[in-house]
Amino acid sequence: MKKTQEKQVNPAGFVRGGAEIVKAERAEENVVTHRLSIPKAWKMYVGGAFVRSESGRYFQVVGATESADATTTNIPLASRKDFRDAMGVAQAAQPKWAARTAYNRGQILYRLAEILEARSEEFVRSLVRGGATEAEAALEVAAAIDRSVYYAGFADKLGALLASSNPVAGPHFAFTVPEPIGVFAVLAPQKLPLLGLVTTILPLVCAGNTVVAIGSDLDPRTVITFCEALATSDFPGGVINVLTGRAKELAPWFVKHREVRAIEAYSDDAALLTELERGSADAVRRTKTHHAVAREWFFDDRRGQGLGFLERAVEHKSIWHPVGL
Amino acid sequence: MSDITRREQTNELALQFGNAWNYAPSREGTEQVSLKPRYELFIDGAWTAPKSNRYFATINPATEETLAEVAEANEEDVARAVTGARAAYDNVWRKLSGKERAKYIYRIARALQEKAREFAIVETLDGGKPIKESRDIDVPLAAAHFFYHAGWADKLHYAFQGREARPLGVAGQIIPWNFPLLMAAWKIAPALACGNTVVLKPAETTPLTALMLAQIFQEIELPPGVVNIVTGAGATGAALAAHPGIDKVAFTGSTAVGKRIQQALAGSKKRLTLELGGKAANVVFADAPIDQAVEGIVNGIFFNQGHVCCAGSRLLVEESVHDIVVRKLQDRMRTLRVGDPLDKNTDVGAINSKMQLGKIHEMVAAGEEEGATRWSATYDLPSKGFFFPPTIFTGAAQSCRIAREEIFGPVLTVLTFRTPDEAIEKANNTMYGLSAGVWTDKGSKSFYMAQRLEAGVVWANTFNKFDATSPFGGFKESGLGREGGRQGLAAYSEVVG
Repeated sequence: MKKTQEKQVNPAGFVRGGAEIVKAERAEENVVTHRLSIPKAWKMYVGGAFVRSESGRYFQVVGATESADATTTNIPLASRKDFRDAMGVAQAAQPKWAARTAYNRGQILYRLAEILEARSEEFVRSLVRGGATEAEAALEVAAAIDRSVYYAGFADKLGALLASSNPVAGPHFAFTVPEPIGVFAVLAPQKLPLLGLVTTILPLVCAGNTVVAIGSDLDPRTVITFCEALATSDFPGGVINVLTGRAKELAPWFVKHREVRAIEAYSDDAALLTELERGSADAVRRTKTHHAVAREWFFDDRRGQGLGFLERAVEHKSIWHPVGL
Repeated sequence: MSDITRREQTNELALQFGNAWNYAPSREGTEQVSLKPRYELFIDGAWTAPKSNRYFATINPATEETLAEVAEANEEDVARAVTGARAAYDNVWRKLSGKERAKYIYRIARALQEKAREFAIVETLDGGKPIKESRDIDVPLAAAHFFYHAGWADKLHYAFQGREARPLGVAGQIIPWNFPLLMAAWKIAPALACGNTVVLKPAETTPLTALMLAQIFQEIELPPGVVNIVTGAGATGAALAAHPGIDKVAFTGSTAVGKRIQQALAGSKKRLTLELGGKAANVVFADAPIDQAVEGIVNGIFFNQGHVCCAGSRLLVEESVHDIVVRKLQDRMRTLRVGDPLDKNTDVGAINSKMQLGKIHEMVAAGEEEGATRWSATYDLPSKGFFFPPTIFTGAAQSCRIAREEIFGPVLTVLTFRTPDEAIEKANNTMYGLSAGVWTDKGSKSFYMAQRLEAGVVWANTFNKFDATSPFGGFKESGLGREGGRQGLAAYSEVVG
């Protein structure tokens, strides 16, 4: 914060990234002509729209000092009601999303990868602003894009891998198919704001579920930038909904909504995860908690992605029909 | 098509068979069954007296006579069993190759087949189910589950594509009284196949066939401690689920108890599968083959006295055929034989316990209070024992308790619908999601319904079919995980990679 102010203060007293460059170009004229940059209002992503918190609350983040763009920003601080509203949206979107063909879901996921790739430099900058080194940021962005491609290609294969034809001992045609569970509430990892979120939510939507996720509050601007990629990637509104806020405040509400059928939660706070597990019992929720997962885990293709993630995203339905004339 | 068939009028005339339906009794003999007067706990491969020093009686619900005394395991007993299972896991079972584990499980399957008649009789004596069901369904299916899972033991590397399956350790398993032997098989067979050892707690009203299974374990020389059986009631089950030495809990029973177990396990890292209650919708369309549907409705709700978590207890019938379906159902119900479970003619046997009979009476009273119309045929029920006549309620509302809550008895609630989407809406309007039925002559409609019914098992033009190869388990509050089939192996495996 201190350093930010040293960097550039324009006559009006605004501190904004971008102004510095403008000054440098005009230096020889010895005229301080500022082109004021347009700061972005950072908003949460719900139902395909960018929204503020209904509560009017916000929290502030400051970019890492190494970054050229080290400004103070107001981020919506999601409330219980924001979560409830997002749940309603996600629930309404779920049947239609599940009814799309797996091929179509795969294409939409691939489209996301295309958009992420096209905006990769922006993501690297964003992660650096959030505290990552250039090298770390580049690795994280690459891994996130590759993970999107990975699940894009999985949408129309998980059925074949998880389903079965059951040779029952009788005159019946019997088979088992995977089906989406419904709406997942997700507590995304705090570390790796991009890769962590991608790792957690993509297998869920790949399998036909919809999601309300709480993104990392350490670097919410990267989370929101990812939402901007989502908004331009053919994902129907409501399939992925992302709130910015405090895990400790919001996550406990996961287990107060009966519409939350399942939970994926990453946290270093063991007590919070236990609270989610305990609260899940009242609706027999499918709840998977991940405590203090190491960074390397997310980059490891053997552990950070795979069929197991999709297995947790589905229910198995066994269907029987008699065979006969 | 449907218009033509459904112009058939509801005929008030009925064939009266009178006493022609009264078959001469054909009672299964019990001579070859010799129950011990008292059963101890089966721990570490040996029968051991309980540290609790307590025993409880298990009775025949059809006669209310005591069959045997059974040990009641307390916390200390449960701890001994867990220690035995852990030692067997560490020293023997986890070191065995899948091939060798398979051979033990095949031995169990074979022994069960050889003793099938004896097991069927005891199952009927202890639980009250008709002998034709224990003989033709429970025991053969139990043997099939062991046989099926034995074959998986050395093929687990194929079960999870590209990944490795490792055993979990010691599984604590708690099973209900409606299919005592079959549930023991559903639990023990996959656990052993996947390399785990077991502590099993049978239900307090039906412990005998599990204890007979323990005798098989001794006879086929299953290494001591691989399966331990601790008998007792709810407190024993709670002690087992709470024991820190187990790695996995598998429970079949009521949704209320399942939720308590899930809650108790929070933060423990124990794996959990639950197979809980249901309130299955059985949807009958106007274009269905009505006579077959009626057979399916009867099988769906009166099989095993309705003590079936996946029972088709909510009949959703298309309005235009409501009258004829109900009429044909009533005609069919008049021919059901209710009574002595050991009689090979018996269709509906004894209610499992006095407590359960009380619950059924309570729910039926609630149905009448809420204005639904109760009907049952006239049955000559035995004077002793716990019996309840097969019953249907018509004119019930969605909001009635009998339309929402699991009765777990031979009581069917009939509701109507007009469109497929209304049927789906009503069928899914429940916290449960275990099973569902759909009856229609139209293939595409059958798949449309099957895709939209929120249930782990959907029976189309059939009901209450089970098989070791077919995964079984619930959506929503009917449970977690699956039992049976390739998918069921996940419940007993740590899948890595």
